[in-house]
Amino acid sequence: MSEVAVVGVGQTAFTRSCGVTIKELCFEAFKEALEDCNLYPKEIEASLICSAPEYDKQRSPAGAIVEYLGLNPQPTTYVENICASGTTGVRLAYSLIKSGLHDIVAVIGFQKMSELTSREAQERMGRGADIMWDSPFGLTMPAGYALYARMHMKTYGTTEEQMAEVKVKSSKYAVLNPKAMFQREVSLEEVLTSRVISSPLKFYDCSANADGASCVILASAEKARKITDTPVWIVGIGSASEPLSMANRTSFVGLNCAVEAARQAYKMAGIEPKDVDVAEVHDCFTIAEIMAYENLGFCNPGEGGKLVQEGQTYIDGDFPVNIDGGLLGKGHPIGATGGSQVRTIVMQLRGDAGRLQVKRAEIGLVHNIGGIGLYGNVLIFRR
Amino acid sequence: MGFEKFGKISYIRETKVAPFVDYLEQGKVMATRCRSCGKMYFPPRMDCEQCMTSDNMEWKEIVNEWKILTYTVSEFAPTGFEDDVPYILAIAESAEGLRVFTRLSKDVKEEQLQSDMKFKLAPVRLPDGKITYELQPLEEG
Ligand SMILES: [Zn+2]
Repeated sequence: MSEVAVVGVGQTAFTRSCGVTIKELCFEAFKEALEDCNLYPKEIEASLICSAPEYDKQRSPAGAIVEYLGLNPQPTTYVENICASGTTGVRLAYSLIKSGLHDIVAVIGFQKMSELTSREAQERMGRGADIMWDSPFGLTMPAGYALYARMHMKTYGTTEEQMAEVKVKSSKYAVLNPKAMFQREVSLEEVLTSRVISSPLKFYDCSANADGASCVILASAEKARKITDTPVWIVGIGSASEPLSMANRTSFVGLNCAVEAARQAYKMAGIEPKDVDVAEVHDCFTIAEIMAYENLGFCNPGEGGKLVQEGQTYIDGDFPVNIDGGLLGKGHPIGATGGSQVRTIVMQLRGDAGRLQVKRAEIGLVHNIGGIGLYGNVLIFRR
Repeated sequence: MGFEKFGKISYIRETKVAPFVDYLEQGKVMATRCRSCGKMYFPPRMDCEQCMTSDNMEWKEIVNEWKILTYTVSEFAPTGFEDDVPYILAIAESAEGLRVFTRLSKDVKEEQLQSDMKFKLAPVRLPDGKITYELQPLEEG
């Protein structure tokens, strides 16, 4: 059966407010991905449009977007897994190609979070929890991750300084990524003294809402070899879910869905965590990156804080992670995030990452989480 | 109907477990237990995921003694909860192994929280006639 490769990637800059429509936003990312692999819209056999719909005014955005991108009459489907929508789109595109239904599929992720007022956005955030038993108490995304952070601190002795180190690292690489929203390095002191959002998480422990779009074009092996000299192969895919309601979670020191997705992906790829040369993890909050190190097996449970503090996840460390600024540095336009992570890994494996290039990057990993550890996707790539 | 009385902001009106609110009005916090397989559910539900039987649950009063597993002081709230900040959200575990996600009473200050402190889940009447529950310190003896 044919293997599947990423042949083209594209991304808009992530910004506070893009000033254009979702159709125009997607056009920019799609155009960049097409130019990356010299394809025309008519050569794309199907598309998957990924976002979190509650931020959109447009009902069924896939229809509006594919019309604007010149992708009629090809089939399109809307994909939603909140913040993990983009990698779920890649997983489904992989399946469409593996099944033989299509040879070339585009995955387009987007979010225009500035479409809503902050009051409207906060109303929707409140409903992101279980609306029956969690939302009536005022649960937010930061509060959910803060419950994990406190438990991690209590169980393993992880410190607020160690969490702050994640943001310091992110900001260092974001300033070298022209598509990142935050273009300023922040110090440990600044992170630690920023205002509390939901203790122990402070302002700089949290990623920010953003507008943006990303595009990943996948192709069957036969087509991929004709399209490009530098295909990046998808060799492992894992995916899992966790109970939405907080009371039914069995762990607050890690994300079960990430552990399970990683197990599946490593098994399919036939590799071990130590074989990963460069990784993109879902650092929606600083504690999320520390848990990701542990859940992906880069270190033992409880050692994640030490891993970043010792510099092991910097560009020249044993496990370079988020060497593009991550969500903390780039901004987090929900539906666009997974595709942006894939783009970074593809550029790393091609050797096209410029000043952010990790040396001898042959195997790359993407860890993309939806909600408060609700959906987990892990993808493994090889050049 | 009936469940819209639960919580400061309720998003649910109709559910098989609406009697939970009536019990709460009587001062009781109830779980459900499957008559077929014995599994306990809190928060309560009427459909058993373990043996896939429906509507064969009995209401059962919980052992009301809880310890906090983890908490956060929220300084930032969703729309409709802005007046409440700061508030403490917590996950607690009961003496019989049930778990709850809820708020701590406003009377509890973060500095007072010790890991061995015991709490009870108590109904709280809200100003507009609605009802919710929160964790309050359990007085010994
Ligand atoms: Zn049962």
